[in-house]
Amino acid sequence: MSGTVVWVAVLAAAVGSYLLKFAGLSVPAAWVEQPWVARVVDFVPAALLAALVAVQAATSGRHLVVDGRLVGLAVAAVALAFRAPFIVVLLLAGAAGALVHVLV
Amino acid sequence: MSSPERSATLRDAIGLGVAVGLYGAAFGAAADAAGLNVWQAASLSALMFTGASQFAFVGVLGAGGSALAAVGGALLLGTRNTVYGVRLVPLLQPRGLRRVGLAHWVIDETTAMALAAPDRALGRLAFLATGASIYLMWNAMTLVGALGAAALGGTARAALDAVVPAAFLALLWPRLRRAFPEAATQRRVAVGGAVVALALTPIVPAGVQVIAAVVAVALAGRPRATERPTAAEEMA
Repeated sequence: MSGTVVWVAVLAAAVGSYLLKFAGLSVPAAWVEQPWVARVVDFVPAALLAALVAVQAATSGRHLVVDGRLVGLAVAAVALAFRAPFIVVLLLAGAAGALVHVLV
Repeated sequence: MSSPERSATLRDAIGLGVAVGLYGAAFGAAADAAGLNVWQAASLSALMFTGASQFAFVGVLGAGGSALAAVGGALLLGTRNTVYGVRLVPLLQPRGLRRVGLAHWVIDETTAMALAAPDRALGRLAFLATGASIYLMWNAMTLVGALGAAALGGTARAALDAVVPAAFLALLWPRLRRAFPEAATQRRVAVGGAVVALALTPIVPAGVQVIAAVVAVALAGRPRATERPTAAEEMA
Protein backbone atom coordinates (compact mmCIF):
# COMPACT_ATOMS: atom_id res chain seq x y z
CA MET A 1 0.00 0.00 0.00
CA SER A 2 1.42 3.38 -0.98
CA GLY A 3 2.26 6.03 1.57
CA THR A 4 -0.36 8.36 0.07
CA VAL A 5 -3.16 5.82 0.53
CA VAL A 6 -2.15 5.31 4.17
CA TRP A 7 -2.14 9.09 4.71
CA VAL A 8 -5.60 9.47 3.16
CA ALA A 9 -6.86 6.66 5.41
CA VAL A 10 -5.23 8.24 8.49
CA LEU A 11 -6.90 11.59 7.80
CA ALA A 12 -10.27 10.10 6.84
CA ALA A 13 -10.39 7.96 9.98
CA ALA A 14 -9.32 10.93 12.12
CA VAL A 15 -11.99 13.23 10.67
CA GLY A 16 -14.66 10.51 10.95
CA SER A 17 -13.71 9.74 14.56
CA TYR A 18 -13.86 13.43 15.43
CA LEU A 19 -17.29 13.82 13.83
CA LEU A 20 -18.59 10.85 15.85
CA LYS A 21 -17.43 12.60 19.04
CA PHE A 22 -18.82 15.96 17.90
CA ALA A 23 -22.17 14.38 17.01
CA GLY A 24 -22.60 13.20 20.59
CA LEU A 25 -22.35 16.77 21.84
CA SER A 26 -24.64 18.07 19.09
CA VAL A 27 -27.56 15.73 18.31
CA PRO A 28 -30.68 15.37 20.47
CA ALA A 29 -30.09 12.71 23.14
CA ALA A 30 -33.18 10.78 22.04
CA TRP A 31 -31.53 9.92 18.71
CA VAL A 32 -28.69 8.08 20.42
CA GLU A 33 -30.32 6.75 23.58
CA GLN A 34 -32.46 4.15 21.80
CA PRO A 35 -32.23 0.74 23.54
CA TRP A 36 -31.05 -0.96 20.33
CA VAL A 37 -28.40 1.66 19.58
CA ALA A 38 -27.10 1.48 23.15
CA ARG A 39 -27.10 -2.33 22.95
CA VAL A 40 -25.02 -2.46 19.78
CA VAL A 41 -22.60 0.25 20.93
CA ASP A 42 -22.05 -1.55 24.26
CA PHE A 43 -20.99 -4.75 22.53
CA VAL A 44 -19.12 -3.59 19.40
CA PRO A 45 -15.80 -3.22 21.27
CA ALA A 46 -15.89 -6.82 22.60
CA ALA A 47 -16.57 -8.26 19.12
CA LEU A 48 -14.02 -6.11 17.29
CA LEU A 49 -11.22 -6.23 19.85
CA ALA A 50 -11.55 -10.02 20.16
CA ALA A 51 -11.46 -10.33 16.37
CA LEU A 52 -8.30 -8.21 16.31
CA VAL A 53 -6.70 -10.30 19.06
CA ALA A 54 -7.40 -13.47 17.08
CA VAL A 55 -6.21 -12.06 13.75
CA GLN A 56 -3.07 -10.50 15.23
CA ALA A 57 -2.12 -13.62 17.17
CA ALA A 58 -3.05 -16.50 14.92
CA THR A 59 -3.12 -15.47 11.25
CA SER A 60 -0.67 -14.49 8.57
CA GLY A 61 -2.28 -13.32 5.34
CA ARG A 62 -4.99 -15.87 4.59
CA HIS A 63 -3.49 -18.61 6.73
CA LEU A 64 -4.05 -19.62 10.32
CA VAL A 65 -0.64 -20.00 11.92
CA VAL A 66 0.73 -20.99 15.31
CA ASP A 67 3.95 -19.23 16.30
CA GLY A 68 5.53 -17.16 19.06
CA ARG A 69 2.69 -14.64 18.96
CA LEU A 70 0.17 -17.23 20.16
CA VAL A 71 2.54 -18.31 22.92
CA GLY A 72 2.94 -14.65 23.89
CA LEU A 73 -0.83 -14.23 23.93
CA ALA A 74 -1.29 -17.22 26.22
CA VAL A 75 1.33 -15.82 28.59
CA ALA A 76 -0.41 -12.42 28.47
CA ALA A 77 -3.78 -14.01 29.32
CA VAL A 78 -2.29 -15.73 32.37
CA ALA A 79 -0.64 -12.46 33.46
CA LEU A 80 -3.92 -10.55 33.05
CA ALA A 81 -5.79 -13.21 35.03
CA PHE A 82 -3.32 -12.58 37.86
CA ARG A 83 -4.00 -8.84 37.51
CA ALA A 84 -0.48 -7.99 36.40
CA PRO A 85 0.06 -4.34 35.36
CA PHE A 86 -0.12 -3.53 31.64
CA ILE A 87 3.63 -3.05 31.25
CA VAL A 88 4.34 -6.43 32.90
CA VAL A 89 1.82 -8.13 30.58
CA LEU A 90 3.56 -6.68 27.52
CA LEU A 91 7.06 -7.52 28.76
CA LEU A 92 6.10 -11.14 29.50
CA ALA A 93 4.38 -11.54 26.12
CA GLY A 94 7.38 -10.02 24.35
CA ALA A 95 9.81 -12.25 26.24
CA ALA A 96 7.76 -15.33 25.33
CA GLY A 97 7.66 -14.32 21.65
CA ALA A 98 11.41 -13.67 21.60
CA LEU A 99 12.12 -16.99 23.32
CA VAL A 100 10.11 -18.94 20.73
CA HIS A 101 11.93 -17.02 17.96
CA VAL A 102 15.31 -18.03 19.41
CA LEU A 103 14.36 -21.68 20.08
CA VAL A 104 12.46 -22.54 16.88
CA MET B 1 -15.75 22.95 45.51
CA SER B 2 -13.11 22.62 48.18
CA SER B 3 -9.43 22.75 47.41
CA PRO B 4 -8.63 19.17 48.63
CA GLU B 5 -11.28 17.87 46.21
CA ARG B 6 -9.69 19.88 43.40
CA SER B 7 -6.24 18.51 44.22
CA ALA B 8 -7.57 14.96 44.37
CA THR B 9 -9.18 15.40 40.95
CA LEU B 10 -5.97 16.79 39.45
CA ARG B 11 -3.91 14.01 41.04
CA ASP B 12 -6.22 11.36 39.58
CA ALA B 13 -6.03 13.06 36.17
CA ILE B 14 -2.23 13.00 36.18
CA GLY B 15 -2.11 9.39 37.40
CA LEU B 16 -4.50 8.31 34.66
CA GLY B 17 -2.42 10.20 32.07
CA VAL B 18 0.71 8.29 33.09
CA ALA B 19 -1.12 4.94 33.00
CA VAL B 20 -2.69 5.64 29.60
CA GLY B 21 0.71 6.83 28.36
CA LEU B 22 1.93 3.21 28.54
CA TYR B 23 -0.83 2.24 26.13
CA GLY B 24 0.32 5.14 23.95
CA ALA B 25 3.81 3.64 23.77
CA ALA B 26 2.27 0.25 22.91
CA PHE B 27 0.22 1.97 20.20
CA GLY B 28 3.30 3.65 18.72
CA ALA B 29 5.05 0.27 18.61
CA ALA B 30 2.00 -1.43 17.08
CA ALA B 31 1.77 1.31 14.42
CA ASP B 32 5.42 0.75 13.52
CA ALA B 33 4.88 -3.03 13.40
CA ALA B 34 1.95 -2.44 11.03
CA GLY B 35 4.21 -0.53 8.63
CA LEU B 36 3.16 3.04 9.46
CA ASN B 37 5.89 5.63 9.74
CA VAL B 38 6.47 7.76 12.83
CA TRP B 39 4.56 10.75 11.39
CA GLN B 40 1.52 8.64 10.60
CA ALA B 41 1.52 7.17 14.11
CA ALA B 42 1.89 10.65 15.64
CA SER B 43 -0.89 12.07 13.42
CA LEU B 44 -3.28 9.31 14.49
CA SER B 45 -2.68 10.06 18.16
CA ALA B 46 -2.95 13.84 17.71
CA LEU B 47 -5.93 13.89 15.32
CA MET B 48 -7.91 10.70 15.99
CA PHE B 49 -7.15 10.55 19.72
CA THR B 50 -9.26 7.56 20.70
CA GLY B 51 -7.21 4.52 21.66
CA ALA B 52 -9.30 1.52 20.67
CA SER B 53 -10.03 3.01 17.22
CA GLN B 54 -6.34 3.74 16.67
CA PHE B 55 -5.38 0.19 17.68
CA ALA B 56 -8.05 -1.18 15.34
CA PHE B 57 -6.80 1.01 12.48
CA VAL B 58 -3.21 -0.21 12.71
CA GLY B 59 -4.39 -3.74 13.57
CA VAL B 60 -6.30 -4.03 10.31
CA LEU B 61 -3.44 -2.54 8.25
CA GLY B 62 -0.97 -4.80 10.08
CA ALA B 63 -3.04 -7.84 9.10
CA GLY B 64 -2.69 -6.73 5.46
CA GLY B 65 -6.13 -5.18 5.30
CA SER B 66 -7.23 -2.40 2.95
CA ALA B 67 -7.33 1.27 3.90
CA LEU B 68 -11.12 1.16 3.72
CA ALA B 69 -11.32 -1.76 6.18
CA ALA B 70 -8.96 0.08 8.54
CA VAL B 71 -11.11 3.23 8.45
CA GLY B 72 -14.28 1.13 8.91
CA GLY B 73 -12.88 -0.65 11.97
CA ALA B 74 -11.80 2.63 13.55
CA LEU B 75 -15.20 4.25 12.98
CA LEU B 76 -17.16 1.26 14.32
CA LEU B 77 -15.22 1.54 17.58
CA GLY B 78 -15.62 5.33 17.52
CA THR B 79 -19.42 5.09 17.84
CA ARG B 80 -18.84 4.62 21.59
CA ASN B 81 -17.73 8.24 21.81
CA THR B 82 -21.03 9.49 20.36
CA VAL B 83 -22.86 7.89 23.27
CA TYR B 84 -20.35 9.39 25.70
CA GLY B 85 -20.92 12.83 24.19
CA VAL B 86 -24.65 12.58 24.75
CA ARG B 87 -24.06 11.66 28.41
CA LEU B 88 -21.65 14.60 28.84
CA VAL B 89 -23.91 17.33 27.42
CA PRO B 90 -25.72 18.11 30.71
CA LEU B 91 -22.36 18.39 32.48
CA LEU B 92 -20.35 20.33 29.91
CA GLN B 93 -23.19 22.34 28.35
CA PRO B 94 -21.00 22.90 25.30
CA ARG B 95 -21.71 25.88 23.06
CA GLY B 96 -20.19 27.25 19.86
CA LEU B 97 -16.41 27.06 19.54
CA ARG B 98 -16.03 25.46 22.97
CA ARG B 99 -18.01 22.48 21.72
CA VAL B 100 -15.64 22.13 18.73
CA GLY B 101 -12.68 21.93 21.12
CA LEU B 102 -14.27 19.83 23.87
CA ALA B 103 -15.46 17.19 21.39
CA HIS B 104 -11.88 16.10 20.65
CA TRP B 105 -11.41 14.97 24.25
CA VAL B 106 -14.61 12.90 24.50
CA ILE B 107 -13.13 9.42 25.14
CA ASP B 108 -13.54 6.51 27.62
CA GLU B 109 -11.34 7.94 30.37
CA THR B 110 -12.51 11.57 30.33
CA THR B 111 -16.15 10.46 30.32
CA ALA B 112 -15.64 8.04 33.21
CA MET B 113 -13.80 10.67 35.29
CA ALA B 114 -16.30 13.46 34.56
CA LEU B 115 -19.39 11.35 35.28
CA ALA B 116 -17.90 9.92 38.48
CA ALA B 117 -17.28 13.39 39.97
CA PRO B 118 -19.57 14.38 42.87
CA ASP B 119 -20.76 17.70 41.37
CA ARG B 120 -20.83 19.63 38.10
CA ALA B 121 -17.87 21.92 38.77
CA LEU B 122 -15.66 18.97 39.72
CA GLY B 123 -17.02 17.02 36.77
CA ARG B 124 -15.96 19.75 34.34
CA LEU B 125 -12.57 20.02 36.02
CA ALA B 126 -12.15 16.23 35.86
CA PHE B 127 -13.03 16.24 32.15
CA LEU B 128 -10.59 19.04 31.29
CA ALA B 129 -7.73 17.88 33.54
CA THR B 130 -8.02 14.23 32.43
CA GLY B 131 -8.30 15.31 28.79
CA ALA B 132 -5.20 17.52 29.01
CA SER B 133 -3.16 14.96 30.93
CA ILE B 134 -4.04 12.04 28.66
CA TYR B 135 -3.66 14.08 25.45
CA LEU B 136 -0.16 15.11 26.48
CA MET B 137 0.99 11.65 27.62
CA TRP B 138 -0.74 9.73 24.81
CA ASN B 139 0.95 11.82 22.12
CA ALA B 140 4.37 11.92 23.78
CA MET B 141 4.40 8.17 24.44
CA THR B 142 3.16 7.36 20.92
CA LEU B 143 6.35 9.01 19.65
CA VAL B 144 8.47 7.09 22.16
CA GLY B 145 6.85 3.79 21.15
CA ALA B 146 7.05 4.43 17.40
CA LEU B 147 10.67 5.63 17.48
CA GLY B 148 11.66 2.83 19.87
CA ALA B 149 10.06 0.12 17.74
CA ALA B 150 11.59 1.54 14.54
CA ALA B 151 15.05 1.00 16.04
CA LEU B 152 14.47 -2.72 16.73
CA GLY B 153 15.74 -5.67 14.71
CA GLY B 154 15.77 -9.50 14.64
CA THR B 155 14.76 -11.11 17.92
CA ALA B 156 13.41 -7.79 19.27
CA ARG B 157 11.06 -7.70 16.24
CA ALA B 158 9.73 -11.15 17.17
CA ALA B 159 9.17 -9.84 20.69
CA LEU B 160 7.25 -6.86 19.33
CA ASP B 161 5.11 -9.16 17.14
CA ALA B 162 4.06 -10.98 20.32
CA VAL B 163 3.50 -7.73 22.22
CA VAL B 164 0.91 -6.38 19.76
CA PRO B 165 -1.80 -9.07 20.25
CA ALA B 166 -1.09 -8.97 23.99
CA ALA B 167 -1.79 -5.22 23.98
CA PHE B 168 -5.12 -5.82 22.21
CA LEU B 169 -5.99 -8.49 24.77
CA ALA B 170 -5.20 -6.08 27.61
CA LEU B 171 -7.53 -3.56 25.98
CA LEU B 172 -10.30 -6.16 25.79
CA TRP B 173 -9.74 -7.77 29.19
CA PRO B 174 -11.56 -5.28 31.49
CA ARG B 175 -14.78 -5.87 29.49
CA LEU B 176 -14.63 -9.59 30.25
CA ARG B 177 -14.09 -9.24 33.99
CA ARG B 178 -16.92 -10.13 36.35
CA ALA B 179 -17.29 -6.52 37.56
CA PHE B 180 -18.13 -5.24 34.05
CA PRO B 181 -21.84 -4.85 33.24
CA GLU B 182 -23.12 -8.09 31.64
CA ALA B 183 -19.63 -9.61 31.64
CA ALA B 184 -20.94 -13.06 30.66
CA THR B 185 -22.62 -11.59 27.57
CA GLN B 186 -19.48 -9.57 26.75
CA ARG B 187 -17.48 -12.83 26.88
CA ARG B 188 -19.95 -14.60 24.58
CA VAL B 189 -19.75 -11.73 22.06
CA ALA B 190 -15.93 -11.66 22.30
CA VAL B 191 -15.61 -15.41 21.64
CA GLY B 192 -18.10 -15.04 18.78
CA GLY B 193 -16.10 -12.18 17.28
CA ALA B 194 -12.84 -14.13 17.43
CA VAL B 195 -14.44 -17.26 15.91
CA VAL B 196 -16.04 -15.29 13.06
CA ALA B 197 -12.74 -13.51 12.31
CA LEU B 198 -10.70 -16.74 12.25
CA ALA B 199 -13.31 -18.62 10.21
CA LEU B 200 -13.41 -15.88 7.57
CA THR B 201 -9.63 -15.34 7.40
CA PRO B 202 -9.00 -17.93 4.63
CA ILE B 203 -11.87 -16.70 2.44
CA VAL B 204 -12.20 -12.92 2.62
CA PRO B 205 -9.69 -10.13 1.83
CA ALA B 206 -7.49 -9.30 4.85
CA GLY B 207 -9.08 -6.87 7.28
CA VAL B 208 -12.64 -7.62 6.20
CA GLN B 209 -12.88 -10.46 8.73
CA VAL B 210 -12.36 -7.93 11.54
CA ILE B 211 -15.23 -5.72 10.36
CA ALA B 212 -17.41 -8.79 9.73
CA ALA B 213 -16.88 -9.83 13.35
CA VAL B 214 -19.40 -7.17 14.43
CA VAL B 215 -22.13 -9.70 13.51
CA ALA B 216 -21.18 -11.34 16.83
CA VAL B 217 -22.93 -8.43 18.54
CA ALA B 218 -26.14 -10.30 17.68
CA LEU B 219 -25.14 -12.82 20.38
CA ALA B 220 -25.83 -10.08 22.94
CA GLY B 221 -29.54 -10.49 22.22
CA ARG B 222 -32.30 -7.98 22.83
CA PRO B 223 -31.91 -4.92 25.03
CA ARG B 224 -33.07 -5.70 28.55
CA ALA B 225 -36.08 -3.60 29.43
CA THR B 226 -34.97 -3.19 33.05
CA GLU B 227 -31.48 -2.05 32.13
CA ARG B 228 -32.24 1.26 30.41
CA PRO B 229 -35.72 2.44 31.24
CA THR B 230 -37.45 4.39 28.51
CA ALA B 231 -38.75 7.88 29.21
CA ALA B 232 -42.31 6.55 29.47
CA GLU B 233 -41.26 3.93 32.04
CA GLU B 234 -39.42 6.52 34.07
CA MET B 235 -42.49 8.74 34.24
CA ALA B 236 -44.79 5.85 35.17
